[in-house]
Amino acid sequence: MERFQKIAVPLLAIAVFLALWEFVVWINGWPPYKMAAPSDLPAAFIRFQDQFIGMGWQTLWRTVLGLALAVVFGTLLGMVMGFSRVARDALYPLLVGFNAVPKATLVPVIALIFIGQHDFNTVLMAFLISFFPIAVSVGIGLSTLEPEYRDILAALGASKLTIFRKIALPKTLPEFFGALKVSVTLAFIGTNLVEIVSPHGKGLGALFLSGQINSDYPLMFAVLIALAVLGILLYYGVVALERIFAGWAEREAQ
Amino acid sequence: MQNLIDIKGVTHAYRTRHGALPVLDNLDISVPQGEFCAVVGPSGCGKSTLTRLISGLMKPNAGEVWLSGEKITSPRKTVGMAFQNPVLLEWRTIIENVVLPLEIVAPSMPKAQANDRAMHLLEMVGLKGFESKRPSELSGGMRQRASLCRAIVHKPEVLIMDEPFGALDNFTREDLWQTMRDLRAAEPFTAVLITHDLRESVFLGDQVVVLSGRPARTQYVLNVDLPHDRTIDILYEKEAVGMLHVLREQIRIAQGRDGGTDGGAH
Repeated sequence: MERFQKIAVPLLAIAVFLALWEFVVWINGWPPYKMAAPSDLPAAFIRFQDQFIGMGWQTLWRTVLGLALAVVFGTLLGMVMGFSRVARDALYPLLVGFNAVPKATLVPVIALIFIGQHDFNTVLMAFLISFFPIAVSVGIGLSTLEPEYRDILAALGASKLTIFRKIALPKTLPEFFGALKVSVTLAFIGTNLVEIVSPHGKGLGALFLSGQINSDYPLMFAVLIALAVLGILLYYGVVALERIFAGWAEREAQ
Repeated sequence: MQNLIDIKGVTHAYRTRHGALPVLDNLDISVPQGEFCAVVGPSGCGKSTLTRLISGLMKPNAGEVWLSGEKITSPRKTVGMAFQNPVLLEWRTIIENVVLPLEIVAPSMPKAQANDRAMHLLEMVGLKGFESKRPSELSGGMRQRASLCRAIVHKPEVLIMDEPFGALDNFTREDLWQTMRDLRAAEPFTAVLITHDLRESVFLGDQVVVLSGRPARTQYVLNVDLPHDRTIDILYEKEAVGMLHVLREQIRIAQGRDGGTDGGAH
C-alpha cells in the first residue's frame, strides 16, 4: 500500500498538472502558435521520435560528463577549502564572484576560445555551472566537523588521510548529495545554454531551436517536456545513489 | 609503585587576539598504575586542555607529560578517549562503532576477533541485542555506554574521559557510574576523569584532584580511601559526605581565585 502510494501520488500530481494546462489552453482558446496544449505533444513526439532519442542522448551524456567533472573538481576544491583556512579565505570571494556571473554571457566567450569544439564547450559549461554548490557544501561539511570526531582517531595516532576516509568523508556525504541534487538541474541548464545560444545542431537545445525557426510550437513544448523528463530521471538517479551511500542519514518517516 | 601518568610542572597558554591566555600554570598530577584519578575544578579552568595534553594531541608550552615512563610528544595507540558528546558515527552500527579504534591500532586483527572483543564489552555494559542498531536508535545513556566500549576496546593503558556523563539525567548518570565501576574491575586501565560532579568524583575516584581557577594549578588532592566495590549508597555515608564537604570547600576557594583578578596567581 505504501509503495503504491509512493508511485501513485506523484503520477496523480502530474496528471492533474497536465489536465490544468490543457484546461487553461482550452478555456482561453489559444491557438497552437500561442501556447501548445498537452494533447498537441504526442503527435510532435511521434513525428520527431528519432530526433528526440538522438538529441536527447547528446544532451544526456554531455550533462552527465559535465556533472561528473563537477563532482570530482568540486569535491577536491571543497576538501582544500575545508582543511585550509587560508585557502578558504582566498577562494571564497573568487568563487562567489565567478558564480555570480550569468553563465549565458560565458557561452560566446567559451565558443570563441574553443572554436568548433562543441562537445567540449557543452561539457565545459555543464561543469562550470554545477561545481559551485558541491565545492561549497563539501567545504562547509569538512570545516564544521566537530573536533571530537577528529580526536577519537587522532588520539590513536591515525593519519589525516585515515581520519578523512573513515570520518570526514562519510560524515559529509549527506551534504554532498544535497548539493548534487542542485547541481544536476544546474548542469542541464548549462548544457542547454550552449545548445541554444551557440547552435551547432546537437542536443535537445538544437531541436528546440529548429522548432522555433519552423514555428513548430508543439515541438518546442515537447522539447521542454523531454528536458523535464531527463531532469527528473537524473535527479532520481542521484536520489538512488544517496540511498545507497548516505541512507543512514535518512530519518524514519514521522 | 610506578606512576603511570606523571604530569610535571605543565604550563600552557592559548594565543588569542588579546594576547596569551594562560590556562594551566605549573600543574602537577601523578596517577599510579591502575588508579582512577578524578579531576574537578571551576568551569573554564582548562580541564579539557588537560585531556588533550595527556593524549598527546597538544604539547604544553612548558613542563612534561609522562606516560608509563615515556615522555609524551605525540598521540599514541595506548590511549582511549570519551567525551561528553558520545561522537558515535551515524553511518556505522553500534558494534561497528565500537571496533573503530581496532581498525587503527590493530588493522591486522581478524574481524571476528575484533567483533568478539566488542561484543564482550557491549554485553558488560548492557547493550547486548543493540549491536546492529544505529546510534540514532539508542537513548543518550546507551550511546554513552557504547562510547565507553569504544574507548577501551583496544585495551588502552590510559582511559581519558572529559565529562562523559555530563549531559545525562541524574539517574542515568548514576547507572553509568556503576557501569564504569564494573568495567574498571574487569579491565586493566588507568583512568583520568574530568568532571564537575563532586559525587561522581568521590564515587569513581581513587584520588580527586581539585584544580584552581584559570590558570589552573593543582590546588588540592583528596585520597578517596573507600573500597573499590562502592555502591551509590556509600555517597550518603559519613565518610563520603565528609569528603564531599572538603571538596565543596575547595571548589569555593578555587572559584574565589577566578574572575579576572590575577591576585595570588603569581
